[in-house]
Amino acid sequence: MSGPIGKPTPYIDGVDKVTGQAMYTDDFRFPNMLYVGLVRSPHAHARIKHIDLSAAGKDPGVAAIAVGTEIPISFGILPISPDENAMAVEKVRYVGEIVAAVAAETVEAAQKGAEKIIVEYEPIREFIDPEDSLEICGKDEQIHSHTKEGKNIHKTAELRFNEPEKALEKSPFKRTESFKFAGVTHAFTEPHATIAIWNGDETLTVISATQVPHYLHRNLSKVLELPMHRIQVKKPALGGGFGGKSDPFAHEMITAYLSMKTKRPVKCTFTREEVFITNHGRHPTTMDMSVGCDNDGIITALDTDVIIDGGAYGSFGVVTSYYNGVLLQGPYKIDKLGFRTRRTYTNKPQCGAMRGHGAVNPRYAVEVILDMLAHDIGIDPCDLRMKNFLSENTLTVGQLRITSNGVRECLETVREKSDWNNRYGKLPYGRGLGVACGFFISGSALPIIWNRYPQTVVHAKLDFDGRIVMFSGASDIGQGSDTILVQIAAEELGIPMDFVQVEVADTKTTPVDLGSYSSRVTFMVGNAAKMATERIRNEMAKAIAKEKSVSAKDILFRDKKIFTKDGTLDIAWEDGVEIAMAGRGAFVESGYYISPKLGGDFKGSGAGLSPAYSFGAFISEVAVNPDTGEVNVEKIWAAHDCGKALNPLAVEGQIEGSIHMGLGQAVSEDMRFVQGQIMNANFFDYRIPYSVDTPEMDVSIIESNDGEGPYGAKEAGEGPIHPVLPSIGNAIHDAVGIRMMELPITPDKILNKVREKN
Amino acid sequence: MEKVQLNINGFTRIVLVDPHETILDTLRNRLFLTGTKKCCDEGTCGSCTMLIDSKPVLGCLTPTVRCVGKEIVTIEGISSGDDLHPVQKHLVKNGGMQCGFCTPGVVMTAIPYLEENPNPSVNDIKEGLSGNLCRCTGYKKIIEAVKDAAEELNT
Repeated sequence: MSGPIGKPTPYIDGVDKVTGQAMYTDDFRFPNMLYVGLVRSPHAHARIKHIDLSAAGKDPGVAAIAVGTEIPISFGILPISPDENAMAVEKVRYVGEIVAAVAAETVEAAQKGAEKIIVEYEPIREFIDPEDSLEICGKDEQIHSHTKEGKNIHKTAELRFNEPEKALEKSPFKRTESFKFAGVTHAFTEPHATIAIWNGDETLTVISATQVPHYLHRNLSKVLELPMHRIQVKKPALGGGFGGKSDPFAHEMITAYLSMKTKRPVKCTFTREEVFITNHGRHPTTMDMSVGCDNDGIITALDTDVIIDGGAYGSFGVVTSYYNGVLLQGPYKIDKLGFRTRRTYTNKPQCGAMRGHGAVNPRYAVEVILDMLAHDIGIDPCDLRMKNFLSENTLTVGQLRITSNGVRECLETVREKSDWNNRYGKLPYGRGLGVACGFFISGSALPIIWNRYPQTVVHAKLDFDGRIVMFSGASDIGQGSDTILVQIAAEELGIPMDFVQVEVADTKTTPVDLGSYSSRVTFMVGNAAKMATERIRNEMAKAIAKEKSVSAKDILFRDKKIFTKDGTLDIAWEDGVEIAMAGRGAFVESGYYISPKLGGDFKGSGAGLSPAYSFGAFISEVAVNPDTGEVNVEKIWAAHDCGKALNPLAVEGQIEGSIHMGLGQAVSEDMRFVQGQIMNANFFDYRIPYSVDTPEMDVSIIESNDGEGPYGAKEAGEGPIHPVLPSIGNAIHDAVGIRMMELPITPDKILNKVREKN
Repeated sequence: MEKVQLNINGFTRIVLVDPHETILDTLRNRLFLTGTKKCCDEGTCGSCTMLIDSKPVLGCLTPTVRCVGKEIVTIEGISSGDDLHPVQKHLVKNGGMQCGFCTPGVVMTAIPYLEENPNPSVNDIKEGLSGNLCRCTGYKKIIEAVKDAAEELNT
């Protein structure tokens, strides 16, 4: 690579962010703007008997009021489970659900106006424990009327390949273990915020803190019954997502509706407590898992039964249900595999997609069990893993197509760097090493809404000023996708990065991109950006070849020059631009990406399909105080195969951020509820690791160079979280000889286990 | 409402504020100085850190009326033109920010910290930034950036 691809590249929006100039949604203001006040349910499950709007209606500061029956069309990210309303219709399903809204002249007037709305409720039986949701209940007690068999089960996902239960019976070594995982939440720093502007030409502009402008666009159209061509969704700078801003949200529907109703700009910004109440985080999960091995440590079979606590609405839950099972197909070769996941509805805020979607908890389980089996058989846990890895260019039992695969090199790297062979099992009591591996999709091969379009399109524009503008719907949520767009254009056209700028995440001006979820952006948008700028280069070469009488295929673009190797052509970029635009002016070239057709033809075969997969292996070193139960994760050696690292600085950042988030789930984070009421909706009580908790990190990027990815790239944003948690769990075992089957691993749990053992 | 005179980034501003209003809300909502971010609004995350009489203060816990007669410096008052403060420069260079939402608070914490602790170790910096929540970076590159900034400031 002669340009910026593969070189550590600071973000193009870095200066705006360090100077406070970057504009996030709440930073915008518009003339005559109103503010939203929300009425939220105090009940977990109750029928709405009456809403009295009279007092609020008389309030001079209140410009408009809205209730659920005014916009009752349901929505949801997945077209198979659009089970949510902008505001509750007939009943509420969790504490904090929005029941009514006002738009008022100031934030304070909006709060006061909302307080004047009086709602009468009739409580219904509450389902808080997912176990209760598995039982038959009264028709009137069902959380949603559409669930089957009179139970509150949203989805049962089940796949079985090659009778794993039979193979488990015959396996000389087998472990069956039960695991429990607390719910955790994204805790992005920027609270949800949205602004809606009803324009004079009867179009709607929505500026929102969203990872998925395209799906918000579609859902706004559905709920508001407004044609899609009259809606524009824009994502400005966004303060973190991690999956928590990847659904269309009720407050976005409400704000847009209030703007239509008042014909004025309307803003809604959440408090931190409201962000916690909104949740959409990782599902609380219980899991029974069996894994068998033969005498050599080769995995014979895996079978697991999983219950995930979905909360009140669907969100990504159907996908989460499948991911809990299908993403066990790597990084190990497991030919006899079975799983069943039941996602329950409960009267709590909904759960959805969070970094490492659906695969983080089962990854913990399988990696801990493999560690146990290695001990049972008497072989090194790293050796056991090396024996079982999938190869490159193979199909898994569920027909996931594995292309590049650097997992062996990942494990060899961290094994050597941590001096594993000399230290594992040999450290003093209270100190230990643990290993775990991981595997994740690099973009979902199938779009959420089936259609015949590509998954992304990028337009590259060349104009008289010599500048390339990249138009892409890709949503930079802090992962650096805007910078990748610029790097790719600069690489393909041999120009400095400052000749390239982006117009992004605006559904009116940028071609559709599906959004920042499933680790798809660098892979898919990268391919499309590469194609668009290659086409610009080809158009330029064609025009220059004709004018300068050289062969187009001999023309090179590098260092802001356009030349042939033999020296017959040697012109500056600007001269090339002038030649290319002669007689036609500015032009746009388009690139796109469509995943190849993949997968089997059985029901559920689409889940987990990706054009490429990332791999990783991590080793953690922990110090455990057996007297206090305190765990200190001191160092993590991380090796992640992201294919070609287009921006190593960003890749490292993703790996380090994954370590942070994995550490939080492993040792401290826990969404706690009592009677459906969240108990820790703030950063005092919901404990996220701070700088003092951060371990030393030794990050290795393993570049397996994938044939399908742009320049060989695969994902790095989510895969690196998977090995973090089990490597910590396994290290605790090495330190003090106990197996932690419940997350988070808090000191009380450690102490109980240590006491049990002694 | 009370009429107050505030000295912000060396410039005098006169504003009408509620007696219980925080300086964070005054800056963001009345003066359109939105570089200071509101993340938790309850003193747990450090995103709204600013300098009041050269000391780092959480804007979400500080009533505006108590800022009268004091020198307030916000993120907007740190760099002038092209000249970024070394802390800002190294945060960009080292990738010490991703989404950027906590970043103004990190800058406003690190600058006075380095003035008092010109030669910090990695552990010192971790302590110094222990009130700033970052959900993206895992802190490593922030810590490295602050270390590099310290070195630059010392040369």
